[in-house]
Amino acid sequence: MTDDLVIDVHDLHKSYGARKVVDGLTMAVRAGEICGFLGANGSGKTTTIRMLCGLVKPSGGGGTCLGLDIIRDAPRIRLQVGYMTQRFSFYEDLTVGENLDFVAAVYEIDNRHAAVKAIIDRMGLADRADQLAGQLSGGWKQRLALAACVLHKPKLLLLDEPTAGVDAKARREFWDLIHDMAADGLTVLVSTHYMDEAERCGRIVYLSDGKLVVQGTPDEVAKGSGLVTLAATGPNLDHVAKALRGMVGVESAAVFGSALHIAGMDRSALEAATRSVDPALVWREVPPGLEDVFIHMLSQT
Amino acid sequence: MNGFSFWRFLAVLRKEWIQVRRDPFTLRMIIALPVMQLFLFGYAINADPKHLPTGLLTAEHSVYERSLVAALKNTGYYDIRELSSEAEAERELADGDLLFVVNIPPNFDRSVDRGEQPSVLMDADATDPTAIGNAAAALGALTTALDRDLPPSMRSTPGKAPFQFQLHARYNPEQLTVLNIVPGLICIVLTISTLFVTTLSITRETERGTMENLLAMPVRPIEVMLAKVVPYIAIGYVQVVLIVAIAVVVFGLPVRGSVPLLGLALGLFIASNLALGITFSTVARNQMQAIQMAQFMLLPSFMLSGFMFPFKGMPIWAQWAGELLPMTHILRIVRGILLKGNGFAAIAPDVWPIALFTLLVAVVAVWSYRVTLD
Repeated sequence: MTDDLVIDVHDLHKSYGARKVVDGLTMAVRAGEICGFLGANGSGKTTTIRMLCGLVKPSGGGGTCLGLDIIRDAPRIRLQVGYMTQRFSFYEDLTVGENLDFVAAVYEIDNRHAAVKAIIDRMGLADRADQLAGQLSGGWKQRLALAACVLHKPKLLLLDEPTAGVDAKARREFWDLIHDMAADGLTVLVSTHYMDEAERCGRIVYLSDGKLVVQGTPDEVAKGSGLVTLAATGPNLDHVAKALRGMVGVESAAVFGSALHIAGMDRSALEAATRSVDPALVWREVPPGLEDVFIHMLSQT
Repeated sequence: MNGFSFWRFLAVLRKEWIQVRRDPFTLRMIIALPVMQLFLFGYAINADPKHLPTGLLTAEHSVYERSLVAALKNTGYYDIRELSSEAEAERELADGDLLFVVNIPPNFDRSVDRGEQPSVLMDADATDPTAIGNAAAALGALTTALDRDLPPSMRSTPGKAPFQFQLHARYNPEQLTVLNIVPGLICIVLTISTLFVTTLSITRETERGTMENLLAMPVRPIEVMLAKVVPYIAIGYVQVVLIVAIAVVVFGLPVRGSVPLLGLALGLFIASNLALGITFSTVARNQMQAIQMAQFMLLPSFMLSGFMFPFKGMPIWAQWAGELLPMTHILRIVRGILLKGNGFAAIAPDVWPIALFTLLVAVVAVWSYRVTLD
C-alpha cells in the first residue's frame, strides 16, 4: 500500500478568464505521506486542493485521487476525503456537538452518536461540546474543523492552511494530531506558510504562480537548492544585517534569535560580502534552512 | 451518493431547524409581522375602478330595458353582456368573472307604465367593496334613465321614481372593506415571511463560507433545498392560523368555505413562494442581490394582484401581468373560500397556475444550484 499513489495528477490547469491560477501542475502523493503544500499567497494551492476534491473543475489536465478520476468521480472522491477549508466553514450558530452530529448524519455514518462522542473525546472537545462554534477561539475552531473532517474516516485529508492565525501551542498540538493520524495510515496534504510546519512534513511541494517549482523531502529541497548559507553570532547583528542586505551576492540576510543568517548562490561573492562588515564576526557555513530556500525561490519568481 | 437520501435530507433539516430556533429575533418578527400589518392596514385603500364586468338577465327585450342598459353603460362603470340563465349568473359571480348582475323583471315596461315602480335587482360581488362602491353609488342617479321615454306626468320626481334599483351586496352584505383586506393580508404576509427568509438561506451559506463545506460533503442539491424550505412551511402555517384567528375574532371575518381546502391552497401558495425564494437564493451572488430580487417580486404582487387595487379596474395589460403572479390566484382562492364558500371546482382555475409556477421555478432552482465553486 505504501507505494500506492493517493494523489496522481498531470498537467492540471485552471484559469479564470485570462488569469492562470494553476498552470500545468503535475504532482504525486504516496499513501501514508504527510505532504506539505507551500507557496506564496495566490500561488494556486487552494485552487489545486479544490480541484482534488471536485469543488472546482479543472480547465485542463486530469488525474486520479484515491484511484478515482478527479473530474468524473468527484462525488465518490468526496466520500473518502476530508477537506478542511481555509476559512472556518462550520455553523457558528450550532454547538460543537451539533455541528459534528450534522456532519455525521450527512455522511450517513453508522452508529452516529457513538462516532460523534468518540471524535469529541479523541480531539479533547468534551468540555466544549455544548458551546456554540461561533464562540470558540481560533485554535478550538481548527480542532472542531479537523474533528469534522475526519469523522467519516477518510483516506485522504486535504487541509488548507489549517493553522493560520492559531497560537504556537495550538499549532504544535494540531500537528501532533496530524502525525498520529498519518501513523494510522491516513494520507495528508496540508498547505502552510510556516517553515517549522513544512519541516515536519515527509515531503514538500512548492508552487509558484500555479507551477510546481520543487518537490521532495525537506532535506532534499534544501540541499538541492544549491544555496549557500553562512551564520554568525555577535553584537549588533541587526545593523550588520542591514548593511549586508543589497550587497552583491547576498540574497537574504535575516536574524534568527542570536544568529545572523545570510544566503546566496555565489559562495565567493557571499564571503566577500562578509569581509566588508565587522571583522570581529566569525562566520561558519550551516545547512540552508527551508526558510532561506523559499525566500530565495520567492525572490526568483 | 446517487439518488435522494432521506437521511441526508433529515440531517440538513435538523441543522436548519436548530438555526431557525437560534435566531429568536427573526422568529419573533415572523410572528409579530402579521399582527402588526393586520392592524396597520386596518381600513383600506380607495380606488374608482370603471368598466366592471356586468351580466344582464332579462326576460324579454323592451324599450325601457334598452334605455336602462344604455344609461348604465353611460356611467362608464358597467360593461354589460347578456346572460342566458340564472345559473350562469350565479357561477360567474362566484368565479369572479362578473362583479354585477342586472336582473330586469318580467313585464318591466308595463309595470313602469302602470306606475308600479318595479324593482331592478342588482346582484353585486361585494367581496371587494372598493371595487363596486362607486359603481353602486352611481345607481342612485339612474332612476331618471327612462325620463325621455315617458310622458311628463310619469317622469321621476324627488321621492317618486318610475322604477328603483335594489342592490344586493352578495358575500359581504355590510360591504366591510376589512373582509376584503384580511384575506389579502394573509397572502401578503405569507409572501413576505416565506419568500424573504428562503431567499436569504443559500446566499447566507455562501457568504458565511459554509457553502464550501456543504459542497464538499455528500449532500445533494435537492436535499439541501427541501430541508431549507420545510421549516418555513411549518412557520407559514403558524402565521395563517394566527392571522385568520385574529381576523375572525377581531374583525368578524366569516369562514364560509372548507378550512382544510383553504389550508391546502395556502400550502401550495407557501410552496410557490419558497420555491421562488430558493431560486433567487441560488441565482443571487450575495444577500443584497437576493433581497433586491425578492423586492422586485413583492411590488407587483402588491400592486397587480388585486390586493391594493381592484383587479378588474386595471388595464388589460396589467391584468395579464397579474395573471402570472401566484398572489393574484391565491387572493381569488382565499376570498372565494372565505367569503363565497367556494369549493374545489370553483377554485380549480386558480390552483393550476400556482402549481405550474411552483414547478417551473423549482426546476430553475435545481438547475441553477452550483455544485462546484467555479
